[in-house]
Amino acid sequence: MALRKILDDLEPHFHQGGKWEKWYALYEAADTIFYTPGSTTKTTAHVRDGIDLKRMMITVWLCVFPAMFFGMWNIGFQANSILAADPSIVVGEDWRYALLGLFAGNDPSSIWDNMWLGAMYFLPVYAVTFIVGGFWEVLFAMKRGHEVNEGFFVTSILFALICPPSIPLWQVALGITFGVVIGKEVFGGTGKNFLNPALAGRAFLFFAYPAQMSGDAVWTAIDGYTGATALSIAASDGMAALQQAMTWNQAFIGNIQGSMGETSTLAILIGGLILLWTRIASWRIVVGVMLGMVATSTLFNLIGSDSNPMFAMSWEWHLVLGGFAFAMFFMATDPVSASMTDAGKWFFGLLIGFMVVIIRVVNPAFPEGMMLAVLFANLFAPFIDHFVVQANIKRRLARV
Amino acid sequence: MEHYLSLFVKAIFIENMALAFFLGMCTLLALSKKMQAAIGLGIAVIVVLTITVPVNYLIYNYLLREGALVWISPDYASVDLSFLGLLSYIGVIAAMVQILEMFLDKFIPALYNALGVFLPLITVNCAIMGASLFMVEREYGFGESVVFGAGSGIGWALAIILLAGIREKMKYSDVPAGLQGLGITFITVGLMSLGFMSFGGIDL
Repeated sequence: MALRKILDDLEPHFHQGGKWEKWYALYEAADTIFYTPGSTTKTTAHVRDGIDLKRMMITVWLCVFPAMFFGMWNIGFQANSILAADPSIVVGEDWRYALLGLFAGNDPSSIWDNMWLGAMYFLPVYAVTFIVGGFWEVLFAMKRGHEVNEGFFVTSILFALICPPSIPLWQVALGITFGVVIGKEVFGGTGKNFLNPALAGRAFLFFAYPAQMSGDAVWTAIDGYTGATALSIAASDGMAALQQAMTWNQAFIGNIQGSMGETSTLAILIGGLILLWTRIASWRIVVGVMLGMVATSTLFNLIGSDSNPMFAMSWEWHLVLGGFAFAMFFMATDPVSASMTDAGKWFFGLLIGFMVVIIRVVNPAFPEGMMLAVLFANLFAPFIDHFVVQANIKRRLARV
Repeated sequence: MEHYLSLFVKAIFIENMALAFFLGMCTLLALSKKMQAAIGLGIAVIVVLTITVPVNYLIYNYLLREGALVWISPDYASVDLSFLGLLSYIGVIAAMVQILEMFLDKFIPALYNALGVFLPLITVNCAIMGASLFMVEREYGFGESVVFGAGSGIGWALAIILLAGIREKMKYSDVPAGLQGLGITFITVGLMSLGFMSFGGIDL
C-alpha cells in the first residue's frame, strides 16, 4: 500500500529526537484515521474484542449522519418555503444566497435546492467547530504528549448540530472553545471531564449571547425572519395553536423550526436505534429518560393548569419537539459524563426525563430544557454512582 | 402550605446558597474532597441554619427592630437597635456551632475529627450569616424563616455533596499543574452553577 509506505517513511521524523517531534500527536491522528494501530496490550489482556474508543466514536459519528442530512435539507426547506410563500422577502446581501444562485435555485419542492441551501448554513458552522475545536485538541495533545482522541469527532458534530442555523461563526468558535477547553481539556481530556463538552459549550453561548441562541428570529436561514419554535408556540399560545401550526407527524418527521440537527425525531431514531443495537449507547439511560419524561408529563397533564398551557402537553409531543430525542440518544448516553453503574444509569436517565419536563413546563424563562436537564443530571452522576457503589459494598458485606 | 413549599423549593434549587449566590465558598472548596466529610458538614450546616435563622428572627423582631421593644413597655416604641443586628446574629451562630461541636465530640467523634477546624469555622460561614440577613431583608415571618433556613441549608448541603462526588471522580483526572487543587475546584463550581441555571427564571 502506497499510503502505508508514505506514513511509515514519515514516522521516524515524529519520534523522539526526530525533527518534527513536537507534532507527533498530529501524525498519530492522521495515521489512525487510516489504519488501526498495531500495538496491543502487553500484560494480561482485559477485553478481547475489536471494539476500542476509535470504533465507538466513529460509530456514534456515523449514527448522527441521518439527523445531519435531514437537518441540512430541513434548513433549506424551511427557508425556501418561506421565500416561496412570500415573494416580498428580500434575502439581502447574504453570500450564501449569492453562491446558491450559481448552481441551485430556491424551489422548496426540490431536494437539490434545499440540500444546497442547508449545506451552506450547516457546513461553515461544522467547519469552524472542527477547525477551532481541533486546534485546541491538538494543542493540548501536543503539550501533554497525548494522542489526539477520536472523541472530538463526536463532540464537534454534536455541537454543530445543536446550534441554530443563523448563529454567527465567531460565536461557534467561542462556544466550541469553551466546550473543549473548559468543559474537557482542563480536566485532562476525554474520559476525565464531568460535563458533556458539546452541551457545556452550547450552554455557555446560550447564557452569554441569548439574542443569537434563543428567541424567535434565529431558527430560519433568512436574516431577520421570525419564526417561533414549536415549544415556544406551545408555551405562549397553548396546545391548540401548536396543533394548528403543525401535525404530530410533521413534528415527528421533522420539517419544523429548530436547531440544525434536532428537528427530525425519525432521523434521530434511526441513528439512535443503531447505537442501542451496537450497545454503544446504554439502553438503560434511554429507557430511563423516556420513563421519566412520560411519568412527569402525565403527572402535569393530570394536575392541569388554567394559566400555563404547557401543563396540557402530552408525552408524545414532548418526545418530538425540541432537542429531546437528539439529546436522549446522543448526549445523555455520553459514557463519560453519565453514571457508570448500571443501577445508577436508571436514576440518571429518570432525572433527565423529570428535569426536562420541569424546565419546559414550569420555567417560563426557557421554553426548551433538554440541554440544561442533561447538564444538571451530569452533576448528579458521580453522586448517584457513589451511593450505588456504597449500597453494593454494604450488600456484599452482609453476605460474608 | 403551598407558599411554604414553594419557598422551600426556591431556597434549595432556585436560590441555592452556594451555586446561585456563591456564599460559603471557603468551606465548600476546602471540605469537598471526601464524600463522607462533605455529608457530615452538609448535615451540620442544615442543623445550624434551621436553628439560627428562626432564633435570629425572634431576636430581630422582639429585641432589635424599631418598635420591637413595645412588649416591655410602650415607652420604647422609638428605640431602634437594628444596628446591633450583625453582632447578635453572629453571637447566636457562634453559640449554636459551639453546642453542635460539643454534641459531635461526645456522640460522633469520627465526624468531629474529620471536620476538624472547619467545624468552628462554620461560625464565619457566610452562607449561614447570609441566610439570617436574607431573612431580615425579605421580611420573612417565623414559619417562613424556619422553612427558609432548612431549605437553604439543604441546598448548600446538596451543593457540597455533589461537588464532593465530582471531586472524587476527578481523582483520576489529569489537571494541568497550574490548576491543580483549588483552581480546578473553582472551575468545577462554576460549571456546576451553569447546570443549576436550569432553575433560573422559575418564579415561585
